[in-house]
Amino acid sequence: MTRGFTPKVVTASDLRRGDVVWLTADDRWTRDLREAELITEEAHAQLRLLHAQAQPLVVVGAYLAEARQGPEGPEPVHFREAFRARGPSNYPHGKQEVLRSRGA
Amino acid sequence: MYAYSDFDDAFVRARVAEFAGQVARRLDGSLTEEEFRPLRLMNGLYLQLHAYMLRVAIPYGTISPRQMRQLAHIADRWDRGYGHFTTRQNIQFNWPRLEDVPAILSALADVGMHAIQTSGNCVRNVTADHFAGAAADEIADPRPYAELLRQWSTDHPEFSFLPRKFKIAISGSPNDRAVTRAHDIGLRMVTQDGAPGFEVLVGGGLGRTPMLGHVIRDFLPEADLLPYVEAILSAYNEAGRRDNKYKARIKITVFEHGLDAFRATVEDRFAALRAVWPGVDPALWADIRAAFAPPAFRDGPTAAHEAAQRADPAYRAWASRNLAPHRHPGHVIVTVSLKAHGATPGDATADQMRALADIAEAWGYGELRISHEQNVILPHVRKADLPAVFAALTQAGLATANVDLISDIIACPGMDYCSLATARSIPIAQAIATHFRDAGLEGEIGPMKVKISGCINACGHHHVGHIGILGLERAGVETYQITLGGDHTETAAIGERVGPGFAGDEVVPAIDRLVRAYLALRLSPDETFIAAFRRLGAEPFRAALYDRAVRDAA
Repeated sequence: MTRGFTPKVVTASDLRRGDVVWLTADDRWTRDLREAELITEEAHAQLRLLHAQAQPLVVVGAYLAEARQGPEGPEPVHFREAFRARGPSNYPHGKQEVLRSRGA
Repeated sequence: MYAYSDFDDAFVRARVAEFAGQVARRLDGSLTEEEFRPLRLMNGLYLQLHAYMLRVAIPYGTISPRQMRQLAHIADRWDRGYGHFTTRQNIQFNWPRLEDVPAILSALADVGMHAIQTSGNCVRNVTADHFAGAAADEIADPRPYAELLRQWSTDHPEFSFLPRKFKIAISGSPNDRAVTRAHDIGLRMVTQDGAPGFEVLVGGGLGRTPMLGHVIRDFLPEADLLPYVEAILSAYNEAGRRDNKYKARIKITVFEHGLDAFRATVEDRFAALRAVWPGVDPALWADIRAAFAPPAFRDGPTAAHEAAQRADPAYRAWASRNLAPHRHPGHVIVTVSLKAHGATPGDATADQMRALADIAEAWGYGELRISHEQNVILPHVRKADLPAVFAALTQAGLATANVDLISDIIACPGMDYCSLATARSIPIAQAIATHFRDAGLEGEIGPMKVKISGCINACGHHHVGHIGILGLERAGVETYQITLGGDHTETAAIGERVGPGFAGDEVVPAIDRLVRAYLALRLSPDETFIAAFRRLGAEPFRAALYDRAVRDAA
């Protein structure tokens, strides 16, 4: 791990649907944060971000978000990222639907 | 209400076609996101936390049953079966897909609606008193002037790239229900020697630097409205700062230049514009005025209303809270609360929208309004029809009897939806509403305005809430600052921050202590919270909020 670098995931919004996506290690965009690539090297993070930003017909507003390793994969650090990964708290919409449909 | 002319219809449909082309070019890569973003914002389309969000204009909060049904259709077909009514009398859809937006805009155009100028640095939807044309205390219906301003400001070439967004509110009544002092321009109808005109306020606004508007003209003859507003916009367009978006609103321009200097600039500009102003086309103005003529009120017996009040406690509670005096005998204004306890303030399902349209047609002379307090208004209802209206509202889950009470909360979408938010608003609103219902205290507390914003931009009007709540991030957690003593009416005041913020789970207990202190301190049940606050000052309420002994024992 790069000294002083906290682990990150690459995240963005899907151009067509506008929903939250994360970049996987095998270059897919996933709607489940636990499948995202957890990046621990700063130089690699910058390369992965450039890779995301080079896909303007797929995603919008790519950025690096802090994450940590959890038992099932990356987990959010900041509460904003937690909401993005889960969906709104007033209705079971957003990612909650995706996760529920997978039986998670 | 105003119906689109052929010109309006052609203009809106041309914009739909233009935006459809822009979306297609974004999707095929001809437009970059940087190029596309300002174009989508000009058409009300944001990219939010979980999805795109489309903000649809409801000019001065006036909407027909046919339009309301179309919003329901859009919610069902392209969204998640609901819509969110906002503090600027608009509606937002939280889940559209980019490629569906042209079809949604086309469906809006079919009923004379659009999303133009609901974002961007232009003149936004002109808001108005939601009781306009119905209120007993009204001097005149302000909506013809609001419509005139809408036509004048739509696609105005000089004012499409202002230093920052620009919001105008207009009230026709001395009791200000349009928050005119918190707008870039506030217009209040007044009369002078029997002639109608406006008191013109300038430089109000909430956000990170809250300021109340100043009177720039104490009487403006009605015929001078457009050249005078144009003079203000022109002065602001030239003098407003473009180097710092946080100092770009007209309130900062007025503050930095001084009111007198800004007024002098405006009056100079006005003199030049007035000299060449031909006046509003009389035929056009007559058509606009006619479009807002009151319906032919039908009188009827009120015995059914009185009998229902005697017989049904639920009806009595609703009638005592949700009705306001109407200017015509035998009629009332009905406020339909979109604040069911535990629900999201301002949200209505597609079924509820259709029910509101049906009710308005059956018993409301076909008229509906959206209030900046995120409720729906039936402006003209015969007392004779109230029991039927109440029954239909109850059937639709819309008969919550809490207007102006502590659960009638304004809340922005906050971090549940908004990409600018720093904390959530909706769960705080839900928790406060259910807490005071369960405590059985709502009626005893009486009128109380709680307003919640999820960030410093203050879409939830927290600065002018009797109790204002501002959600922020502190050290990685959601934190809520409380302000007290704000007022959104003609006695407007900016609330004062009384101490450090609270964690999310501390907000309800803190407000509970505050409210119980008010109940103990008030002179009588007739002394409202804001009156008690003005009599006693902030200190006893601050002490209750931060009462450590009570907190530790709890």
